[in-house]
Amino acid sequence: MPEGSIKDGIGASVRRKEDKRFLTGSGRYTADITRPGQLHVHFIRSVHAHANIKAIRKDAAEAAEGVVAIFTGEDVAADGIGGPICGWVVTNRDGSPTNEPPHPILANGAVRYVGDHVVAVIAETLEQAMDAAELVEIEYEVLAPVVDLANAGSGPQIHENVPGNMYFDFELGDEAAATAALESAATVVELEVRNNRLIPNAMEPRAALAEYDPIDDSYTLFTTSQNPHLTRLVIGAFMLSIPESKLRVVAPDVGGGFGSKIYVYPEEAVCTWASKKLQRPVKWTADRSESFLADAHGRDHINKVRMALDKDNRITGLRVDTVANIGSYLSAFSVVTPTILHAPLLSGCYQIPAIYTNVKGMATTTAPVDAYRGAGRPEATYLLERVMDTAARQVGMDPAAFRRMNFIPKDAFPYQTPVALQYDIGDYEPPLDKALEMIDYKGFEARRAEAASRGKYRGIGLSSYIEACGIAPSAVAGALGARVGLYESATVRVDPTGTVNVFTGTHSHGQGHDTTFAQIVADKLGVDIGSVEIIHGDSDRIPFGMGSYGSRSLAVGGAAIAKAVDKVIEKSKIIAAHLMEAADADVVFADGKFTVAGTDNEKGFGEIALAAYVPHNYPHDRLEPGLEETAFYDPLNFTYPSGTHIAEVEIDPSTGVVELVDWACCDDFGNLINPMIVEGQVHGGIAQGVGQALLENAHYDETGQLITASYMDYCMPRADDLPNFKVDYTVTACTHNDLGVKGCGEAGAIASPPALINAVIDALAPLGVTDMSMPATPEKVWRAINDAQTEAAE
Amino acid sequence: MHHTTYVRAGSTDDAVARMADGGQLLAGGMTLIPTMKQRLASPETLVDLAGCGLAGIEDEGDSIRIGAMTRHADVAGSDLVQTAVPALAALAGGIGDRQVRNRGTIGGSVANNDPSACYPAAVLGLGGTVHTNKRDIAADDFFTGMFETALDEDEMITAVSFPKTGKAAYVKFPNPASRYAMVGVFVASGADGTRLAVTGAGSDGVFRHADMEAALDASFSADSLDGIAVDADEMISDIHASGDYRAHLVREIAKRAVAAC
Amino acid sequence: MTMVNLTLNGKQVSADVPDNTLLVTFIRETMGLTGTHVGCDTSQCGACVVHVDGESQKSCTMLAAAAEGASVTTIEGIANGDSLHPMQQAFHENHGLQCGFCTPGMVMSAIELVQDNPNPSEAEIREGLEGNICRCTGYHNIVKSVQAGAKMMGG
Repeated sequence: MPEGSIKDGIGASVRRKEDKRFLTGSGRYTADITRPGQLHVHFIRSVHAHANIKAIRKDAAEAAEGVVAIFTGEDVAADGIGGPICGWVVTNRDGSPTNEPPHPILANGAVRYVGDHVVAVIAETLEQAMDAAELVEIEYEVLAPVVDLANAGSGPQIHENVPGNMYFDFELGDEAAATAALESAATVVELEVRNNRLIPNAMEPRAALAEYDPIDDSYTLFTTSQNPHLTRLVIGAFMLSIPESKLRVVAPDVGGGFGSKIYVYPEEAVCTWASKKLQRPVKWTADRSESFLADAHGRDHINKVRMALDKDNRITGLRVDTVANIGSYLSAFSVVTPTILHAPLLSGCYQIPAIYTNVKGMATTTAPVDAYRGAGRPEATYLLERVMDTAARQVGMDPAAFRRMNFIPKDAFPYQTPVALQYDIGDYEPPLDKALEMIDYKGFEARRAEAASRGKYRGIGLSSYIEACGIAPSAVAGALGARVGLYESATVRVDPTGTVNVFTGTHSHGQGHDTTFAQIVADKLGVDIGSVEIIHGDSDRIPFGMGSYGSRSLAVGGAAIAKAVDKVIEKSKIIAAHLMEAADADVVFADGKFTVAGTDNEKGFGEIALAAYVPHNYPHDRLEPGLEETAFYDPLNFTYPSGTHIAEVEIDPSTGVVELVDWACCDDFGNLINPMIVEGQVHGGIAQGVGQALLENAHYDETGQLITASYMDYCMPRADDLPNFKVDYTVTACTHNDLGVKGCGEAGAIASPPALINAVIDALAPLGVTDMSMPATPEKVWRAINDAQTEAAE
Repeated sequence: MHHTTYVRAGSTDDAVARMADGGQLLAGGMTLIPTMKQRLASPETLVDLAGCGLAGIEDEGDSIRIGAMTRHADVAGSDLVQTAVPALAALAGGIGDRQVRNRGTIGGSVANNDPSACYPAAVLGLGGTVHTNKRDIAADDFFTGMFETALDEDEMITAVSFPKTGKAAYVKFPNPASRYAMVGVFVASGADGTRLAVTGAGSDGVFRHADMEAALDASFSADSLDGIAVDADEMISDIHASGDYRAHLVREIAKRAVAAC
Repeated sequence: MTMVNLTLNGKQVSADVPDNTLLVTFIRETMGLTGTHVGCDTSQCGACVVHVDGESQKSCTMLAAAAEGASVTTIEGIANGDSLHPMQQAFHENHGLQCGFCTPGMVMSAIELVQDNPNPSEAEIREGLEGNICRCTGYHNIVKSVQAGAKMMGG
């Protein structure tokens, strides 16, 4: 559908409905909420990466001014409180299950990373809690840390039931076929890459405020969550044994998530638990330092890649051996991220007849690692798009041409990969062509020469990606170890006056659902977008929901809304037929009006709504009054966005500084509901990918201390680190949801890192440089140039 | 933040008296307040200098005198500084971000002598003079090591003077995360020859590089610095840059500063 | 405790607060204006930027007591009734915000930037926003917003 063809409907770049409250300071984030009589909790966190707790002395602190309670792991254990669970596990190569160690909400007996929660100090004010915390004495027996991922298996064992510090040993694909392809290959391309560890850094730090109501023995938890129902389920059923009907979880405005706010964290549970014990609301707000230490981190893989090519340079096989850092405990999606969300993506957008991969998930004494924007797919895309460039260079082909000849042809869909997925639809050449044109690929060598005349090395790099998102088909997920379904719910409630309330189980924390979803409803019902309210984030108001991650909100949640609206329309048609004394089949609904074919009879949508609630003249024999419909939508397949991103860089050889000078991308997200919002998602995703490739790195020293624990040392992309981005689209509509949409939230972060690193390597290739690790910091680049020049001189 | 008592000093003498009673001077607070928030500093009394009348820039003939409480934005925007020592105005305009420049002061920065701060490079590179309530201290005597200065315990900076110098430049290679100087070089060519001061890099804080100054005195051109050794062992080495790389950058950024003069 | 008297969004306010109260705490907790946010503890993210006597300041790096007598303007104080400030309007029209958390500080910094430099170039805008971190937008649309806001403010 062409952009803006329907005012405020599908395809229009409608300005966001939610903007005004954010622009005027009226947004309501968890930290903004205050409850009468609330207490404040400060967590004393482990200063050691790995230690036994010998003693905790809290007498002096308990006597300090304002202190109400001090809780430790022993108190948690005494109350039988459970820990956060892993939401999705895998079966090992040998058929055994994932090793799941306990994860107490306050450390009991041992600490396993710097930042581990040890003591909760609760006082009248936060300052009092922090003052009292300084009086708590914790005696540790320090143990050897496990920091080096490559050698994690030989380190001291971190959990009793995780031998060799290996949580799981997963495989996918046909090992024999991949081995055979590599053995008979005309060319074998080898590459080892490290997917650097990142810290998500949503700008709003996590927070929680829990309140207990003794009147009906119920709890309300305000929390910074991407999925309040999941939080309710986990805290209620697995941690605190609270019936779900007695626990209301509200995720109000949430200031970004990027995965890090999917998981249920110990702090939320401690607040909830303490609110009943103390009969007072309990509030916690992370400061940024705590976020660095104790938010789930992202990525952190070592991937060994071998790719087989035949004599015509067609890919015949791929083997990837991955070691993934899972950290100190199993976070909710920590197991699925490097396995199910990673291994099936290894075919990319290429025809690869044989693929095999093994993924070992390792325990280390670092913060838990979990899904971060893209979750497994950036890691797959990075290694694949890096090896594609390496292969092209090795066989002397243009990287665009090499990709093109190995693309899955457009007439091959649906396409079954050797790694479990069936791509429903795609066409990979048009986005490649468009992106090449947008960046003027043909003119690149002239730009390289011009840069050289200024003493700069210029490089260009491609990344043609595919992702599987819109997670997920519940049946597939269940077969692969998921402990939840991954459908989405929507209720569409039409008021008697014709205004529409949409209750969605997804959660918006920047994605603009208030607008996009309203556009879908407005378009389908032919009503003004201003009369559509989107309600999300409150487990008491929404029937159920799985939240927002995995670029699923539109493809799953939006599709559920569309289905609920369809049900509303079907019911309305029957009412309209009754009112107009016509046969149901003769009623046509278009542009907000019900008409009867061949007559000039018509009823507006508002009239039907009124009739449904004032049913004086109503088909009571066939319908109940009211106009409210609920739909649960469980997709039949993942969706498969794809596209090509191209980065162009200039490197200053005297400092090693990489300047990102141009970016062009062309994505196929299927149909677009709001192109403006989609473009914003692409921009943000690219920025995070640029951050990963050039700036960001979570660094633990050998003792397990997080060195990059503030913005002084963890390099966040600033405005002057980035260029403007050229963004365009092609469309192949998703075949299995009614909207034909695929999802766009993660694509930028998935596609961009390899494009950038390929560009850096391309810039330095004339010197003989063939590899560069992320982030490509000035010093690394400077060293690579120096080393290459030294080698050339010898 | 721990408890503290906030007082406003009405004059330099008042501030010094309160300092003698254990008060911690508060200028712009760009370092002190974050440090207190992290509970790494816990002064019982904070003595705010905002009311001491120490802000302002004066023309003193051959030099300019900048009051200790003059903010970076005011130095950057001053017609006098832009004319008399344009490199100093440019340096001040590049410190931190807008908000730091709107609050941070020259006195606070110089007194703190953060090894990554910009101002110490200007004071040392221009051969400035630090004025205190007790005496005048030449730049070469003032900076005594990382976060260390010649200030006595009962001494506070009241102003900093700089000789008017047209031929000078400061070039900063910022730490990509903090945006402080990873290497910053201030070079000035005045009546007494060339002075070249380096911040951000040295493990003892800001320093002059004698060999580079000599080479530039012989021939003031960027090429003169080729081949001059910078000792990597005397450089800070951390996750952002090794000593080797910093040593390389010192020479490279120095060349750029010379070229910018 | 210190009695702090200042003008907040045009209104005289006073409160007796502990001496170590940060200006941002005074605004958010004492005065209940929660539009000013706290996103870091090292004075870098800029979510807390307000105007003090017309200049942008990080309210997390300033004591409330130090703002005695000052005129403080927060994000809540820049619209004219129901009509948004031109910079707010520009952020809306150019999709210069996503999650909204950095937005108040970003807008307050942008207003001052444009007051100082009515016709900023793209590079000047990017440099001028060095003290504000956004994790959502990639800054592309923020830069566009500030350019548009500058025009709307009369640059």
